[in-house]
This record gives sequence, structure tokens and C-alpha cells, in this order.
Amino acid sequence: MSTFLYPYEVVRESEMARPLDYNRRSRLMHTDRVHKAVITSIIELTDMEKLFHIRISDDGGRQRFHFQPGQFVMLEVPGYGEVPISISGSSSNKGYIPLCIRRAGTVTSVLHRARPGAVVGIRGPFGTSFPMQMMHGQDIFLIAGGLGLAPLRSAIFYATENRSEFRNVHILYGTRRPDQLLFDYQYEQWRRVSGVNLSIIVEEPDDAWTGETGLVTHLLERMDIDPHHSYAIVCGPPVMFKFVCNMLSGRGIPMRRMFVSLERRMHCGMGKCCRCNIGSTYTCIDGPVFDYWSAINLKEAI
Amino acid sequence: MLYRILTRDGFRSMVEWIMEEGEVIGPKKVADDREGRPIHQFLPLSSFEEMDLGYETTEYSAKTYFLPYRETLSTYSFDDGDWEQEIRYRVRPRAIVGLHACDINGLVKLDKVFEKGHFPSPYYISRRRNTFVVGIDHDPCPGAFCRSVGADTVTHGFDLFLTDIGDRYFVAVGSDRGLAAVQRFGARDIEEEDTHAYLDARKRIARAMPVEINVNNLPNLLDIEFESPIWKKWGDKCLSCGTCAMVCPTCYCYGVHERISMDFAEGAKIKQLHSCNLVDFALVAGGHNFRPTAESRLKYRYYHQHRGFVEEHDEPKCVGCNRCGRACLAGINPVDVIRELQEEELS
Repeated sequence: MSTFLYPYEVVRESEMARPLDYNRRSRLMHTDRVHKAVITSIIELTDMEKLFHIRISDDGGRQRFHFQPGQFVMLEVPGYGEVPISISGSSSNKGYIPLCIRRAGTVTSVLHRARPGAVVGIRGPFGTSFPMQMMHGQDIFLIAGGLGLAPLRSAIFYATENRSEFRNVHILYGTRRPDQLLFDYQYEQWRRVSGVNLSIIVEEPDDAWTGETGLVTHLLERMDIDPHHSYAIVCGPPVMFKFVCNMLSGRGIPMRRMFVSLERRMHCGMGKCCRCNIGSTYTCIDGPVFDYWSAINLKEAI
Repeated sequence: MLYRILTRDGFRSMVEWIMEEGEVIGPKKVADDREGRPIHQFLPLSSFEEMDLGYETTEYSAKTYFLPYRETLSTYSFDDGDWEQEIRYRVRPRAIVGLHACDINGLVKLDKVFEKGHFPSPYYISRRRNTFVVGIDHDPCPGAFCRSVGADTVTHGFDLFLTDIGDRYFVAVGSDRGLAAVQRFGARDIEEEDTHAYLDARKRIARAMPVEINVNNLPNLLDIEFESPIWKKWGDKCLSCGTCAMVCPTCYCYGVHERISMDFAEGAKIKQLHSCNLVDFALVAGGHNFRPTAESRLKYRYYHQHRGFVEEHDEPKCVGCNRCGRACLAGINPVDVIRELQEEELS
């Protein structure tokens, strides 16, 4: 053993020896250690999207895994790759983590071929969340377009589970075609929660469609909005949340009270790889949830 | 800061002593260019003579010893549908001798990203703390604008920093093991004449380094000139090859991909340095590319260097070594780009 160039053992660092604590992200030192997790069930939502329930295998890890609505995890299929996926479930559920995944690239295609029982890896949760506590006592508008319902669903769970904390709860959801509607088996459940107002709209109806037709902004037009006591969460493609937020802004809701979730390429989730960087903003650290004012100040976000 | 005086022989003995213990990396002449000027790189040394401390600059920065171009983050062993992940942080201790102030400042900036902040990187910290860093003052190199970005002097981030004052070195000692090393080779305390000689040397170096550009107004300017036609002009030249990021001492962005062995027994998660100029930098699954043009990618490179990083860490990410300018195949030089932006504002 060398006497001068003695080895420095990074694992002996005090921070490294502390147990993982997901609420104190700064202490998450084993940054590339993945939790083994089992896909316990797979629900086919549409041709393109499936809902995966995954369960962290290690009991301690599962107990410590705590997330807020709007946060995401890095989901890894060892040997194939890793992708950022927002959590679509209830933050009060400790049993499993629901992830709604569209078949779009290499890793998601592999996942779509996976069967229940497959072992994947997850790291996280990462990123900012929808500030649900801040919205207590207020009207909330939960608005989604297309796949935007995936991140919004965790906020919907929060709102339905804590219904007494809010005044009026409006859920508005629009897609292009009826067969693209996600979680259609749950609408009845949400509707039956007392004081939840759910509206669904499609742009291009088929023959069987009996509901409303048009863009999601169409639903908003006829709504009563109390601008001083309203918050909104808008999830969807940038072109959609831009129109919706501008409309809400026109109705008097401050931009700081509207929240959007942005999507970028990510390779680490920890503000290191720079792939989601926009100037000084890391979408994985400072986002993915931004208030609308911050979002319009982010170049190229909208 | 502690200062000591080390003789040339003492320095040589110290380096040779470290060589006996482990790997020593230093500036080494590897070839001559077409005009007959020497080309240097930071490479492992087999003898003290191989090291050329009078080097002007190296083509690549020393970043590669802290952020390797390719690094295995973890390996996987597969067995009947199950798998195990293994992570190794351990690296062999070693020394790098002969870094200039700009390169040490580059390391200090990387420290801010990888040692501090939200998620300190054990991979980086392990490499950084296992490397004994010896820096040295030097005569300015043409084209560099380190003084403009405040990177021509360095106050921390090294174990030893040497300034040549004739027959001896004036040594700034930055760590306990640095002090132990120089003491072992006959270092003495500084006297008044050493301080004078050091200040003279510093003055001579500082005078020879012109402030080439004014970067104080850049964060604001980059915001205002976001839609400037200048970006189109330089973007059209850019070949999107990513060379600038590869030679840069502070560019750290990367991609992660995974490999799997032919017999499906093993897999690896591999980190590879990337560049924000490469076409797939911001391409997401489904085909949308947030930065489809060379122009937008080049612009964001400057935007991160001189605005984003400033907002986060109160200093530009750039250390002014101008390696990107020297290496660029399309002749894009940061000094020219920044000057033109400033002229655009004045015109």
C-alpha cells in the first residue's frame, strides 16, 4: 500500500453512510443505485399506452419511497436503458407505483412487451411537484390533454382523497379521438366523488361518441371561474397548455397559480447530464412542474 | 494559504518519488503540427524528463481524468429473469502535475456541479479526491482569454501550485498532503526576497495577458440578443460535430446508454460525454427535437456558458482557455462570437 497516494474511499463519506432519505434529496448519495422493482400488473389503456403497477422488492425501500403528485422516477430496464416517467398514482399508496407509459422509444417498447413479474429498476422520485397544500380551500381546475392525464392523475387522486380540503374540484380532459381516452374505466369513479365535476371532450368523434366535441378550451369557456380563489394544473402538449393557460389568464387567474408539467430528454434526473438544461434551469431539478409564469420565461419551453 | 520555497531539484525528487508510488500524469509533447509547433497532451509519464512544463497548452483538457469520455456507471448480471446491479466507485490514486490555472479553475467549476448541489456524484468525487493536483504558472498562450473570465489565477482546488522564480519555485500549498510532500523534499519558509520575486513574476505574467473581452454584461446581453441574426450566421458555420465540448475543460453534459452481452448474462450502464451541439441532444422519444437547428444548439451552448451557469454559480462556466476556438473545424472562436454580439448591441 502506498504511503503518499493513499486511496480516498468515497463510500466512507459520512453522507454516503447515512440511510437513503427521499425527502431530503441532497442526501441521496448512492445516485446510481437502482431499486429493484417487480411489475405486478399491466393494464392496457389504449393501443399506445399501458399502465404498469410496479412494486419495490425491498421492504425498507418500499416504505421509504415517498413521492408528491407531479414527480417522476427514472425507470430502468437493465441492458436496455433508462427513461423518465411521471408517477400516475396516489401519493398515499405505499403498495405499488403506477406508471402510465406510451410506446414511443426503445425502452418503452421493451416495457410494452414485458409480462407481469418482470423485474425492472427505479431511481427517484425526482423533481418538483404540484403544490397541492397551497391550493387548500380554493377552487381547483385539473386540466389534461392527451397523455397529460398521466401526471395529472396523481393530482386527481390527491383531490378526490382530500376532497374536503378544496372548494370546487373541476376535472377537464380532452383527446383527439375517443379511442385515445386514458383511464376511461375510472371516470365513473371520479364522477361519483361528491362535488367533483368531470368533463370529457374529444376533437374527432367516432360514431359511438355521445359526449362533447371540440377542444378542451371549449369546456372552459362556459365555466364560472372565481379568479381570486382558483388554482389550475394543466398537463398536456405545450400547444395545449399555452392556449388553456392564456385563456385562464384572460379570465383573471394569476399565472403563478397555474402549474404545468414539462417534458424534456433526461439521462440522469439529478441535474448533471444537462440534457434537460435550458440556460440555468434543469427540468429535472427545477421542474418538471413549473408555474406558468416561470414556464413562459423559459426559452423554448412553449 | 501557506507558501513554501522548493528548489528545482527538490521538485524533481518529489515528482520522481510520487512516480514510484503511482501514476503521474503530466504535459507531454506528442507531435509537431504543420508549422512545426509542438503539440502537447496530458498523459501518464514514465520519467520526469518526459514532462514538458514549458508547454503552451494541451489539445485536450485534463477533464478526461475526472470525467472520462466513457465510464461504466454500473454493471448487471442477469440470471433467470432476475438481475443484480453492481457499482464500483473505487479508482487508483494518482497525481497530475503541471496544470495551468485555467484547468484548475475548470476543475473548481466542475466541483460546483458534481460535489455540491442536489446530487453529489460519488464517481466524480472519487476521481477528484484520489488525484493529487500540482499546478504551475505559465506565460500567457495566444488566443486565450482566461484573464477576461477571471481564470488566470487560482486560489484553491489544487494540492500545490508552483510559480517559477528563477532557480526555485514559489509554492502555494493547498492541502495537508501537499505540505507533507514539499516538506519531505526540503521546502523552506518564504523570505522577503522570495515574495518580491513572486510578485515580479506575477506582474510580468499579468501584463502579458491582455483582457480580450468584457464578459460582465454577457448574461444580460445574451437574453436581449436571443433572436439576433448573429446566431444564424455562426450556426450556419457550425458543423454540429461536438469537438468544442470534447476539448472543453468544463463541458460535462453526457448521455447514458446500456449494453447487453451476446449471451444475455451481463449488461452495463455506460455514461458517455455528449455535446449540446450534437443533433440528438434534445431529441425526445416520439421524434420531437427541442433544438433541431445548429443555430439553436450553438446559441444554447453560449447561453449555458455565459448566462445559465452565471445565474447558478455567479461566474461563467468558461475559463477562457480557447481550446474550443483552436479545435473548431469551422473556425468558430468564442472571442469573435462574443465580440460580435456586443457590437450588435451597440450598433
